[in-house]
Amino acid sequence: MQTLPKERRYETLSYLPPLTDAQIAKQIQYMLDQGYIPGVEFNESSEPTVHYWTLWKLPLFNANSVNEVLNEVKACRSEYGNCYIRVVGFDNVKQCQVLSFIVHKPNLSRY
Amino acid sequence: MAYAQTKTQSKSGYQAGVKDYRLTYYTPDYTPKDTDVLACFRVTPQPGVPPEEAGAAVAAESSTGTWTTVWTDLLTDLDRYKGRCYDIEAVPGEDNQYFCFVAYPLDLFEEGSVTNMLTSIVGNVFGFKALRALRLEDMRIPVAYLKTFQGPPHGITVERDKLNKYGRPLLGCTIKPKLGLSAKNYGRAVYECLRGGLDLTKDDENINSQPFMRWRDRFLFVQEAIEKAQAETGEVKGHYLNVTAPTCEEMMERAEFAAEIKTPIIMHDYLTGGFTANTTLAKFCRRNGLLLHIHRAMHAVIDRQRNHGIHFRVLAKCLRMSGGDHLHSGTVVGKLEGEKGITMGFVDLMRENYIEQDRSRGIFFTQDWASMPGVFPVASGGIHVWHMPALVEIFGDDACLQFGGGTLGHPWGNAPGATANRVALEACVQARNEGRNLMREGGDVIREACKWSPELATACELWKEIKFEFEAMDTL
Repeated sequence: MQTLPKERRYETLSYLPPLTDAQIAKQIQYMLDQGYIPGVEFNESSEPTVHYWTLWKLPLFNANSVNEVLNEVKACRSEYGNCYIRVVGFDNVKQCQVLSFIVHKPNLSRY
Repeated sequence: MAYAQTKTQSKSGYQAGVKDYRLTYYTPDYTPKDTDVLACFRVTPQPGVPPEEAGAAVAAESSTGTWTTVWTDLLTDLDRYKGRCYDIEAVPGEDNQYFCFVAYPLDLFEEGSVTNMLTSIVGNVFGFKALRALRLEDMRIPVAYLKTFQGPPHGITVERDKLNKYGRPLLGCTIKPKLGLSAKNYGRAVYECLRGGLDLTKDDENINSQPFMRWRDRFLFVQEAIEKAQAETGEVKGHYLNVTAPTCEEMMERAEFAAEIKTPIIMHDYLTGGFTANTTLAKFCRRNGLLLHIHRAMHAVIDRQRNHGIHFRVLAKCLRMSGGDHLHSGTVVGKLEGEKGITMGFVDLMRENYIEQDRSRGIFFTQDWASMPGVFPVASGGIHVWHMPALVEIFGDDACLQFGGGTLGHPWGNAPGATANRVALEACVQARNEGRNLMREGGDVIREACKWSPELATACELWKEIKFEFEAMDTL
């Protein structure tokens, strides 16, 4: 028998071991395959009541490859390493956000 | 005669007496209009009653007709108001059953009233003597009528935005035992589930306001549990607070209190509570930003018999019109009823905007919802971690998966039980997105996750042998 430790979580895929860049790439590939528009967001805190994180540049409307998106994630990490960073996906047909997953947490070396 | 393609009345004046229904109400040449409400009934006539007469009788008794001619018929334009049986098909593989298609003019129904629509269409006719049995299989609600309904308070996409849940099914659990916990003990069970990784927990349908736990005490303890779990995990949490009550006034008092303490979601039982109460509550929920979870106690009384009653797809459509953000739909894989194609047929009727006619899935009419918000199907009952791959594959992202015993029955308690389910869910979503086939490799996906999640490994150990394999009653 074990007691579940108290831990902060970050919504979808945050109950898995931190994703490697190779795993992140596969999730981005899925996003592109579905025709969703990827974007990168960052924020100093991860309060559940805060709906808006700050957008890194604009959503990547013209992204054709996983690497284009992954490079933006890496650039955002190097500039805002002290922030939480997540990749989001927009569906312009359903006119809403459809995906989101955490790709960086401050003060941890591997994601 | 702008309304009618058929002409009923003659100039010969009033003739008292009993007339065959089919002379007035069977109109095989009629082409339904875009504004007609359409219904498909499975009719089992009494021996000796021809199908045309039975179909016409259904159309008559569910619209303008009565058993004998009355002189006041001559003061109205029957062609404007009567229902018409416009098509009859023998049911394949059945001796004496017919699908009868009936068209009802829009003017027969009050705007925005599911209650009125059902009172008309399934009111008297189900006890009609000329019929041995009668089942309402499906309805086509015209856009003109739909636009008089508010529908779900928020719908799937707004709920996702409010709860910050994207790219995966929602995860829930009904708190057990169903009855007998004190409010504080109950709130603790809620807290442990939510802190372990569930998004939502649920009042059981028969928890209203009994002597062992009055509603106000439950609402306050549960709200504290939600807020604590949310603060600790950093994720948005909720609990369906059941506001079903003996009177509408008491229901509204509970709903208003829920809004006051800023809980995110409340719950109602729409069949036992009734459509009028449900529609009132749905409108209150939209005005006050509350999500609305709908339970369906009593549905099997109405929808289970193949030849008599109302199919659940009709009850589901009625709920989407009356208003609700979640509705129980069956699991396909768990302990309760539901053939997969049929279940997914009405699941799509709940959550999609445009659904094509598809007899193989029990969808008799193409239904255009005209942008009315979608309803989350809730899969609940007898499911556990080993069912997760199939559930994710079958339902996709837009569903709420509820593991009651499958969470609370974990050997280490609610929080680890919740974590086991959340880990299984996310492992399946990740694998699906990576292109793996969950139906084939689902077991491997779960076993791989067991290697790093002791909570999941323990759950898998406990439940691996449990199976539910009864033959579904609901086949075409």
